[in-house]
Amino acid sequence: MTVSIQHQRSANRTVRIVCPNGHLGFAPIRTASFEIGLTSMPDLVCADSGSCDIGPGPLGEDVSCSPLAWQTHDLEHMLLGARRLGVPMIIGSAGDTGTNSRVDLFVRIIQELAAKYALPRFRIGWFHSEVSKDRLAAHIAQGGVIDGLDGRAPLDAATLDATDRVVAVAGVHPYIALLDAGADVIIGGRSSDCAIFAAPALRAGFPPALAYYYGKVMECASFCAEPYGGKESVLGEITMEDVKVAAMAPEQRCTIASVAAHAMYERSNPFHEYFLGGHIDMGACVYEQYDERTCRITGPRFVPADELRVKLEGAGKVGERFVGMVGVRDPYTIAHIDDVIGWARAKVVERFGETGYELHYTVYGRDGVMGALEPLRDKPGHELCIVVQGIAHDNEMAREVCMTGLRQMFYARLPQVKGTAGGVAFAFDEVMQASPGFRWTVNHTMRVDDPMALFPTFIAEAGS
Amino acid sequence: MSARLFDLAKTIRSKNAGVDRITFDVIFADRAAYERVRASGVLSREAVCRIFGIAPDRITDHVAFDPALAIKFTIRRLQPSGSPGDADIFGSQQYGPLLDVLVPD
Repeated sequence: MTVSIQHQRSANRTVRIVCPNGHLGFAPIRTASFEIGLTSMPDLVCADSGSCDIGPGPLGEDVSCSPLAWQTHDLEHMLLGARRLGVPMIIGSAGDTGTNSRVDLFVRIIQELAAKYALPRFRIGWFHSEVSKDRLAAHIAQGGVIDGLDGRAPLDAATLDATDRVVAVAGVHPYIALLDAGADVIIGGRSSDCAIFAAPALRAGFPPALAYYYGKVMECASFCAEPYGGKESVLGEITMEDVKVAAMAPEQRCTIASVAAHAMYERSNPFHEYFLGGHIDMGACVYEQYDERTCRITGPRFVPADELRVKLEGAGKVGERFVGMVGVRDPYTIAHIDDVIGWARAKVVERFGETGYELHYTVYGRDGVMGALEPLRDKPGHELCIVVQGIAHDNEMAREVCMTGLRQMFYARLPQVKGTAGGVAFAFDEVMQASPGFRWTVNHTMRVDDPMALFPTFIAEAGS
Repeated sequence: MSARLFDLAKTIRSKNAGVDRITFDVIFADRAAYERVRASGVLSREAVCRIFGIAPDRITDHVAFDPALAIKFTIRRLQPSGSPGDADIFGSQQYGPLLDVLVPD
């Protein structure tokens, strides 16, 4: 009978990793399954902390979207567990964005936790991922092409000019370098999710195809398990022949269906996963149920890249932003809501002209969530909520754009409206300052000669 | 008898695939339902264009993924996720119209 990998290594040569979280800080880890993971003989404890899903704002503004308390909570559990077992801990894409300030923040948290718990001395390593706009401008000026991803045009000077901050997405290389330097804890800048897990496996001599697949399947923690339940731990094991992944939460299992389905999660297609240095082809992967809670995967193929192209992510500020909202109940107004919006827009144009600001209307109850993709946009509900956003270069103008675009809906003149005392309902007759508007300006790749070129590494002592 | 996709599929979801795309996964619990929907064409490229009112060139990927018993397609966003005015930063609420798709017997 197969013995669960939870209790026993399935081969003489393995690297076992516990992953408690697919986006460290975004919501706190579930500690019970993590503790089970820690009793399952892991060789490392690893988690990714980054995501583009949070939008361009945090990268552009250089802030986290995760609260410090939750980041500290997860780092504390992972650090104390890893130091207790004496195994390395790796965090990738620190603080949601992987910018330099987020990496430095996580390093500081680790050092403070080490002091707080009087942890025996250990080595902490980290690397930075930000790329200066000057460097990219020079690359373009020297004739280098910064290719667009997903159908984007090559990066031009104007787009770069409209960009506030750029991170490069590291591969396994800085992680391997820091492990070689003896780091017990690694805080990574922006990096491919899979690199965090692939790095220790590659360093231990496992085949690249399996090592990168290992990273791909582990990086979202319990998202590869069922039933659905986030922030639970999974245990992975790589051997020379296969990758196995097991759910640590007692109510979850890693099944053929859940693991195969995870291969396609948040990717354009389920067959290819790209990173600095190549990609894996998962088209011939074979999934088997190894034990009740463990799935075994074989058959991924590694395809080295012809040239090293590093992915770049960049965000640029559109402007300061104010928001307001109104409700509508009058059926005729609802049927002619575009005329009401048109009226208010015209008032903004009268005041500010056609350009130099943005004014957005989101019509909940009609097509607020899906916009033009909404097939039912000609069947609005009996009441609508309209969110108005005004964006401009300074607060004063953004406030007035938003206020004009909001309040003029109240005065819109429609021929057949019976009510003459106000065309919309205000829950708040005010506009509120929101975070500034940003845009993903950079989603590109750049050729590099050295995979470490954009990722300086650092190492220091922590604990006592 | 025709059936709603809601009743045949185990998972119907949408999610960002990078900052410029949204991907849709329709996953089935059993092979018969998967094959039935696949063969019916109700989620073909043409059908997807019809459901969402988009031109064919907005679809960047459209695959049947046997190991997961899944039909998956990906569409190009008109603006990157999280730009001012984008009301679904994660792309996670775009699948609604798929639930009521009718699958012939």
